[in-house]
Amino acid sequence: MWTTKTFLTKTKRGNIIKIVREHYLRDDLLCGSAACNTCPHKDDEFVLDGKPESICSLYSYPHYLILDTNVVLHQIDVLEEDALSNVIILQTVLEEVKHQNTAIYQRLLEIIANKKRKFYSFVNEHHKDTYIERNPGEKQNDRNDRAIRKAAAWYETHLSINSVVGQFPKIVLLTDDENNRKIAQEEGIVCCSIKDYVENVTGFIGLLDKLSKNVAPEACSKDALYPAHLTPAQIHEGIRGGKLHQGTFRASRDNFLEGTAVINGFEKPILLQGHSGINRAVDGDSIAVEIFPEEEWRRPMDIVLEDKADDDPGDQLEEEAVLLKNTKPVEKGDDEITPTGRVVGIIRRKWRQYCGILMKSKFPGATRHLFVPAEKRIPRVRIETRQSDVLASQRILVALDSWPRNSRYPLGHFVRALGKIGDKNAENEVILLEHDVPHARFSEAVLACLPPNDWTIPEEEIKKRVDLRSECICSVDPPGCTDIDDALHAKALPGNTEDGLKRYEVGVHIADVTHFVRPNTALDKEAANRSTTVYLVGRRIDMVPDLLSSNLCSLRGGEERLAFSCVWEVDENANILHTKFHKSVIKSAAAMTYEEAQIAIDDKSRNDAIVSSLRILNALAKKLNRKRLDNGALSLSSPEIRFQIDSETHDPVEVQAKKILDTNSMVEEFMLLANISVAQRLAAEFPQCALLRRHPAPPPANFHTFLKAAKQQGFDLDVSTNKAFSKSLDAAVIPGRPFFNTLLRIMATRCMQQAQYFSSGSKTVEEYYHYGLACPIYTHFTSPIRRYADVIVHRLLAASIGCDVTHATLLDTKVANSVCDNLNYRHRQAQYAGRASVTMNTHILFNKRVEVELASVLAVKRNAVHVLIPKYGLEGPLYLPSDKFTYNEEEHIQTCGDIVLKTFDELTVRLSLDSSNLQHRKLVFELVKPHIPGFSVDIMEVEDSKAETEKDQKKRKEETPAKSSKKSKKK
Amino acid sequence: MSSDFNVKRPGLELLSSQGLRLDGRRPNELRRIQCKLGVFTQPDGSAYIEQGNTKVLAAVYGPHQAAKSKSLQDSVVINCQYSMATFSTGERKKRPRGGRKSEAISMQLTQAITTAIKKELYPRSQIDVYLEVLQADGGAYSASVNAATLALIDAGIPMKAYLCSCTASIAWKDGKPEPLVDVSHVEESAGGSVLTVSSLPSINSVAWVDMSQRLHADYLSVVMKRAMQGCRDIEVILDKAVREHLGESWTMSDDAVAI
Ligand SMILES: [Zn+2]
Repeated sequence: MWTTKTFLTKTKRGNIIKIVREHYLRDDLLCGSAACNTCPHKDDEFVLDGKPESICSLYSYPHYLILDTNVVLHQIDVLEEDALSNVIILQTVLEEVKHQNTAIYQRLLEIIANKKRKFYSFVNEHHKDTYIERNPGEKQNDRNDRAIRKAAAWYETHLSINSVVGQFPKIVLLTDDENNRKIAQEEGIVCCSIKDYVENVTGFIGLLDKLSKNVAPEACSKDALYPAHLTPAQIHEGIRGGKLHQGTFRASRDNFLEGTAVINGFEKPILLQGHSGINRAVDGDSIAVEIFPEEEWRRPMDIVLEDKADDDPGDQLEEEAVLLKNTKPVEKGDDEITPTGRVVGIIRRKWRQYCGILMKSKFPGATRHLFVPAEKRIPRVRIETRQSDVLASQRILVALDSWPRNSRYPLGHFVRALGKIGDKNAENEVILLEHDVPHARFSEAVLACLPPNDWTIPEEEIKKRVDLRSECICSVDPPGCTDIDDALHAKALPGNTEDGLKRYEVGVHIADVTHFVRPNTALDKEAANRSTTVYLVGRRIDMVPDLLSSNLCSLRGGEERLAFSCVWEVDENANILHTKFHKSVIKSAAAMTYEEAQIAIDDKSRNDAIVSSLRILNALAKKLNRKRLDNGALSLSSPEIRFQIDSETHDPVEVQAKKILDTNSMVEEFMLLANISVAQRLAAEFPQCALLRRHPAPPPANFHTFLKAAKQQGFDLDVSTNKAFSKSLDAAVIPGRPFFNTLLRIMATRCMQQAQYFSSGSKTVEEYYHYGLACPIYTHFTSPIRRYADVIVHRLLAASIGCDVTHATLLDTKVANSVCDNLNYRHRQAQYAGRASVTMNTHILFNKRVEVELASVLAVKRNAVHVLIPKYGLEGPLYLPSDKFTYNEEEHIQTCGDIVLKTFDELTVRLSLDSSNLQHRKLVFELVKPHIPGFSVDIMEVEDSKAETEKDQKKRKEETPAKSSKKSKKK
Repeated sequence: MSSDFNVKRPGLELLSSQGLRLDGRRPNELRRIQCKLGVFTQPDGSAYIEQGNTKVLAAVYGPHQAAKSKSLQDSVVINCQYSMATFSTGERKKRPRGGRKSEAISMQLTQAITTAIKKELYPRSQIDVYLEVLQADGGAYSASVNAATLALIDAGIPMKAYLCSCTASIAWKDGKPEPLVDVSHVEESAGGSVLTVSSLPSINSVAWVDMSQRLHADYLSVVMKRAMQGCRDIEVILDKAVREHLGESWTMSDDAVAI
C-alpha cells in the first residue's frame, strides 16, 4: 500500500517549501507474540511470551505493556531494571524518543537488543492496519497518542483471532497523560499510570526507588517558594523581542546562592544571585535570563557559602536574608560591578546522573532523604528510598527528575550504588561518571565485531601490502606499555644526495587499527563515542577492546602485525627528500622501554642492527628538534607524576616526578614528523573534511600575570611571537637555580590555549597554525589504538592513497565538525579525569603521612599562594590569613612584616591531608620556612612528623609503574 | 558535563533496526511504479511514468530524415533532450531548462538509448526523444530512461530489448553493507555513492553505468547486482504496461505495433 506524507519546511534561505514523502504501508510486519495465530513468524521471531506472567497486582491476567513516549523518556531507569518485560515499543514512540533524547534512545535500543528482556519493537507506522493519517488541525502529539492507542487496540484484536476467549494476553497501556488515559478508557483500552503500575509490582525490591517523580505543574502556585518559569512560548517571544536572553547557567563552586549565565554578545557573564535569581536553574542548563537595569547591578560576593543543612530543613528558603545582608550596595567606580539579572525560564535542562552520598534523614524509618552530589555546583536532591541503611555508607548515583516551585530542593531518584565510600573502585567509578567517561564493558554487539582470539594475518592480506617483515623495526615506549601504537626503523641508503650528503630511509609504522575497526560497525560507533583511551592511576579504560588494544593491533616485539607506514627518504641534516605512505606488514625486532633504548645507544660495545638504527634515529631526531625550536616551537613543561603502586593493595606507596630521557624526545620527534607529513597530505587531498589539529596563539591577556612575575625576577620576556617567546624562555636562566627555568616553562604552559581538532573546511588555512609546535599544519596519526581522531585520519589517508573506501560520513564537513566537537569534549574530560585520579591517589598516599618539602610559588592570590612541590609535582594553595598578611594587588605579592612572598619564591612547606569532608578531601600546605611566628609550623613538630614518615617508608613494596602505559609523547 | 551530542552518530540511518528503509520499503523493493503509453496524440510515441514521486513524461518524434549536417550513412541519429520542470523539485528552479547539468544528462541518455535501438534499420534518419521531469524525488535519470523506452515502443521503433534503468546505493546495518535498490531523494541526500545502471536485462547487456561518488571495489559488485536486479524487476513492470497498452490498442484499431 502506498500513501504520502506532506509537510512544510523552511529552507536555509527562509523559503517555505512543501515536501511530499512516500510512505509505504505493509502487510508483512510481525506482531512478535508467541500467542499470535496469524503472523508468519519464524521460531526466533517470537519476542513476547505466549502467556506472560503478571507481576502487577492491578492486572492479574497475562498482559503486554505498551508505553507512551513520556514514560520511556522519564522512566528509563525503571525500564532498565530487569523487572518489566513483555513490553511493546511502538515505532511512533521509538522515533519520538530518538528525536528528543539520543542518550535515552540508545539506552532503549540496548534494552530491546537484550533478548532476555522481551521488549518488542513493532513497526506500527508502516503497518497497513495501524498507520493513521494526521487529521486536519490535529497536533502532532495528539496524532501520535492516537497512533499509540490505535496500535494498542489492534494488538488486542489481532491476538484474539483464532484464540480461545480469555486465553490470550491483553494489552495494558502505560501513560501519565490523564487526558490520553481518559480517551483510551472510552475506547476500551486498559490503561494505567506508570506510578500506579510500579507501586503494585511485587517481587522487585528497589524498583520503586527508580521511579522518576514528575509532579506539580509549573502553573500550580500552592506553597510556591520560587517564581513561576515562563512558558516556552513566552520565552520565545521575549528573546525575539530582545527583552530576554538565552544563556548557559554556571553555578558557582564556592557559593551555592550565586551563579552566572554566559550569554552571546555580553563580554562579562551575567550575575545571578539568590534563590529567586537562580530560580531552580542547575549547572549546565540552558536558561532564559532577564537582565536588570544598570542601577541594580551588583558585584560577585567573593565569599564561600555552602549549603550546610545536615538534614532536610523543609520547604523554606532562609538563606536569602543572610545573602542580602552580605551584599553591599554597589560602590562607585568599582570595576567588579557585573551585569546582574535573574532566571525567568528554563529552555532546556541538561541534567545528567550525579554521583554523591546519601544524607540519611534523622527520622528513623523515613523514606525521604537528602542526596549530596560530589560536584559542588549541583544542589542537594530529595530522593525516596527504603534502603537508606545500606546506602548511607555508599557512593550512589542519582538522577534528577523535576524541581517544582514548592520544593526547596529538586526531586530525583536513586539509580544505583557504586560501592563503599573510600573504596578505590567506587571512587574510580565516581571519577569516570563525573567526567562523563564511557566505561561500561564492551557490549556483545561490539565484541561480535572482533576477529577470533587466535587471528593471524591471512596470506592474501600480506599480498596486498608492502612486506617489511625483514626490516629491522623496533618500538620504544614507557615501561609496562601494552598498547604499542608505533614502531620505527632507520637505515643508511647507498649513494649521496646532489649536495653530497648522506641519505637515510626512516620509517614510522603505526598500528593498522582501521583494518579491524570498520566504519559504521558497532565497534566503530563505540570507539567514536569513547574517542580516547582514558588513563587513571593503575587503570586504563580502553577505547577499543583489549584483544585489539593489547594484542592484535599492538606492535609487539617478534610478532607479525599490520601497520600503516610513513616512510621518508631524508638527508643527514634531516631534510625530507621524499615521503610515501603505504599499508604494510611488519615484525618488530624489539619492544623497548625508553630506558633500555637509551642504554643501548650509550653502550659503545653494541653495534647490531637495532642499535645502529636507534643511533641514526637519535642523531636525526636531534636535528629535527633543533630545527623545530629554531622555527619557534615552544619547549614547554608540565609536571607529570608517577605513582609506585603496592602490588597487593594497589594503593600508591610513593610518588615522584617523571624523568625525561633523550629517547623520549627521539620518538616524539618522529611522531611529530609523521603527523605533519600526514596532515599535509590530507589537507591537499580533502580541503573540506580533513581532520586536523590546531593550536591557537594565546591572547596577550593570558600572559599578564606571568610577565609581571618574570619581571620581578629580572626577566623581560618577549611573547609577541612563539619564536620570540621561545628565545626569551631559553635565555631566562638563573645560575644556581636550575629549577627556575623549568618553573617558568610550567607557568608558560598555563598561559596557553587548548589545542583542538577541527575539520579543514571549517577554518581558513591561516587558522590551521599550531602555535606550540610552530608548524602551519598538524594532525594526529600516530596513536590510533588510543585516539579516535587518528582512526579517522587513517581512513582518510587510506582513501587518499586508494587502498580503502571512503564513505559518506567521512567526507561530510558537517559530520566532521560534530565528530571534532565530540573528540575535543572527550579529550578534555579524559584529561580532567586523569587529574582527578592523580588527586585521589595523592590523598590515599598522604592519608597517614605528613611531609616537609621544598616548594615553589606558582602564583600569588588574594588569600593564598599557590605552591608546587617539584619533588612530587603536587600543587595547591597555601592559605594566608588576612590578619597577618597584606595583599598587594598591583604587584601580586603578599607581605607579613618584612617577609615578602612572591611568585618563584622557594619555601619549605608541610604537607598533610584534610579528610573532614569525605567527598572533598584535600591536601593541606602549611608554611614552615620562612618562619613567621604564630603562623608557620613549629620545627619540632616537623622533626616528629619526619620520623613518622621514615617509618612508613620502610613498608614500601616493590615498584610498579602507576600510569602503566601512559605515554608522554602526546603533544 | 553531560552531552547529548556525544551519543549522536553522524549521518542518517538509512535502515531501521527492523530492516526497513525510511519510507517503509525493504532494501530490495522498488518504489511504486505506474506507467502509461500513448499519453499524447501529437508525437509519434509518448509515455508517462511515476516511480514513487518521481514523474517523467516522454515524447518521441521520428524516425524522420536527419538534417544533412548530422546525418549518418548507415545509422540513425538519436537526439535526446532532457529537462526538468521548474516545479519539479521542492524549491522552485530559477531557470526553466537547459543548463549544463541537463545537457550532460541529455548526452548520457543519448548514449544509453543509442545502444538499445536497432540503428541499422534507419540510415540517414533521426529520432527525437524529449524527456520532461515533472517531479524529481530521486532517480530522475533512471525514470527518464524507462519513460523513453516506453515512448519508443509506443512510436513503434524496434529495440534490441527493453532498456531499463535503476539506481542502487549502500546502507549499513550492524556494520554490514546492505545495498538499497531504487534510491529515493532522501536516501540520495544522505550522501552515499549512488550507482545508476541502464541495461538490457533480457540480453544481459549493460548500456551505461554512472557513479555519483567513489565507491570501493569491495562494495561495487553487491551494489551493481542489486541495481541489475532492479532493472530486471522494472522490465517486468514495463512489459506488463506494454502488453496492457497493446490490448487496448487492439480493441481500438488493428494496427499492432511490432516490438
Ligand atoms: Zn501476529
